[in-house]
Amino acid sequence: MKKIILLPAILFVAFINRSCANFGNDTINAVKTIGADESNLVLPQGFNAVAFAKGLGEARHITVTPNGLVYVKLSKLKDGKGTYVFNDNNSDGISDATKGFGNFTGTGIAVKNGYLYASSDFDVYRYKLNEKFEVIDPEKPEKIVTGLLNRHQHEAKAIALDNDGNIYVNIGAYSNSCQERDRTKGSMGKNPCPILDSAGGIWKFKANQLNQTYGDGVRYATGLRNVVGLDWNNETNSLFVMQHGRDQLHDLFPDLYTTKQSAELPAECMYELHQGSDCGWPYIYYDWQQKKKMLNPEYGGDGVKTSGENAQEPVAAFPGHMGPNGLLFYTGNMFPEKYKHGAFIAFHGSWNRSPEPQKGYFIAFVPFKDGKPSGDWEVFADNFAGGEAFMQPGKAKHRPCGLAQGPDGSLYVSDDAGGTIYKITYTGGK
Amino acid sequence: MKKTISVLVVSTFCYIVFAQTVSKDQMQRGKTVFETYCLTCHQEDGTGVPKLNPPLIKTSYVTGDKRKIITWVLSGTTEKIEIDGEYYSNNMPPQNYLKDQEIADVLTYIRNSFGNKSSAISATDVKNVRATMK
Ligand code: HEC
Repeated sequence: MKKIILLPAILFVAFINRSCANFGNDTINAVKTIGADESNLVLPQGFNAVAFAKGLGEARHITVTPNGLVYVKLSKLKDGKGTYVFNDNNSDGISDATKGFGNFTGTGIAVKNGYLYASSDFDVYRYKLNEKFEVIDPEKPEKIVTGLLNRHQHEAKAIALDNDGNIYVNIGAYSNSCQERDRTKGSMGKNPCPILDSAGGIWKFKANQLNQTYGDGVRYATGLRNVVGLDWNNETNSLFVMQHGRDQLHDLFPDLYTTKQSAELPAECMYELHQGSDCGWPYIYYDWQQKKKMLNPEYGGDGVKTSGENAQEPVAAFPGHMGPNGLLFYTGNMFPEKYKHGAFIAFHGSWNRSPEPQKGYFIAFVPFKDGKPSGDWEVFADNFAGGEAFMQPGKAKHRPCGLAQGPDGSLYVSDDAGGTIYKITYTGGK
Repeated sequence: MKKTISVLVVSTFCYIVFAQTVSKDQMQRGKTVFETYCLTCHQEDGTGVPKLNPPLIKTSYVTGDKRKIITWVLSGTTEKIEIDGEYYSNNMPPQNYLKDQEIADVLTYIRNSFGNKSSAISATDVKNVRATMK
């Protein structure tokens, strides 16, 4: 139905794009562009997407400066470089200048107060910017935070900055549910979970102090299994994060959970954090269908027992395993009014749902009013994976990972499977 | 010419050996073990999950030495180990709770599915490796 209504608009857009000879193939829309190697995104009416840049490999998080430079952090070096900057000099919506720098890989990237911040899986660095938001000395970043735990799971150090000179860093738990032996059937949960003293939470550091490590920062929030998508909300002046919920309920406890429950129930949760927040991992998971905090089976749970009376309630909850890797509060003026202050979430896409079909591989939207969700979430941009019923993550052509807002209010999306940077704009009437 | 003949002879011989050692029954049993204990991570078609869980398609572990793959599956790993030039960030739990026969079946299944073609593994092979690990 949506598609039928869209068709005339799309044909018109496709026609226009044809006339721009150079970039016709890069245009992505709800109808297949002949010869395009992209999967075709499906967007709400009036929105349009182009491939702003391509061929980046594993493009993780992304940030856009007030004058439109696009910085991207890679988790695999491309031509020996781990960070790339793009510019669209002729303002046609597609990058025409690029430069790589830095020899480390990672996920986090952000621009604040004259600096570019970027993280490896161990450390956080910053680069001084000139008045045109260009990195002054690409070869000599300053190390802000160092020596963070990276133990072979949930290693991405996603970052966000507030307006008071602090930087927040995710340190993911190197575990699924803090079992004696990770992901091993019959192994019970450690109590108390020793991981939480140095991981499984968000740590807060000074944004302008060099060589800080655990002792110099504070554990800002705990009980978070792993956070990749996070954003500072300027309306509420608080940090919002998306937690990756637990895996493998059925594999580990087949007598208690069906494969279907295992696929659906353990929610991907959005939390609003404050100093001292505890979101309950590993003792609980959040069942989004019952809207309850459930005792994890590793700690004696049975799918019925609730727990975590003191654990924080999520502000929003989504079906299991979709992998929320990017979070962005929209403050632009380009998109229709309903998007203002709302949250876009890049769902990287599941692997932990088989034998059910995989899920995610899209960007969701949650409307907000007065700093709280004001309605249900919906799919905003779909079909990154490029297939119908989708079973194997390895076959996804694109996986959305990072989100950023351009100075004109457009939405940028990075993709760490196909290495494309998408730029989504609104061209419909208001 | 001589070469062609010898290739033919060798491949026929291999085919016979192969046909004899990989039984349909064992493949069927191995598939069941795979679906119960390995599928979530390695996926139904053995393609794995990029960056997280490695594929089981023509990797040096899958097609290589029996002892190496048996040891791997019995002990699992929480280390970051390079697999054919890539690194994967998940942990593989030890599968030592499975019986010798179950491990033999699942490994034979893997070694002869997803485009792989390697020799079968027997319960005795598994038993021998397990004995050296204790
Ligand atoms: C919780 C997820 C998980 C489960 C369940 C699991 N594996 Fe693995 N497997 C992994 C990971 C992760 C690695 C790579 C670890 C590393 O690189 O450090 C791996 C590596 C392997 C390898 C060697 C590398 C390769 O790709 O050839 C084999 C063989 C293997 N697994 C077989 C199995 C079999 C057989 C089972 C079931 C009996 C199984 N695995 C269950 C996650 C899993």
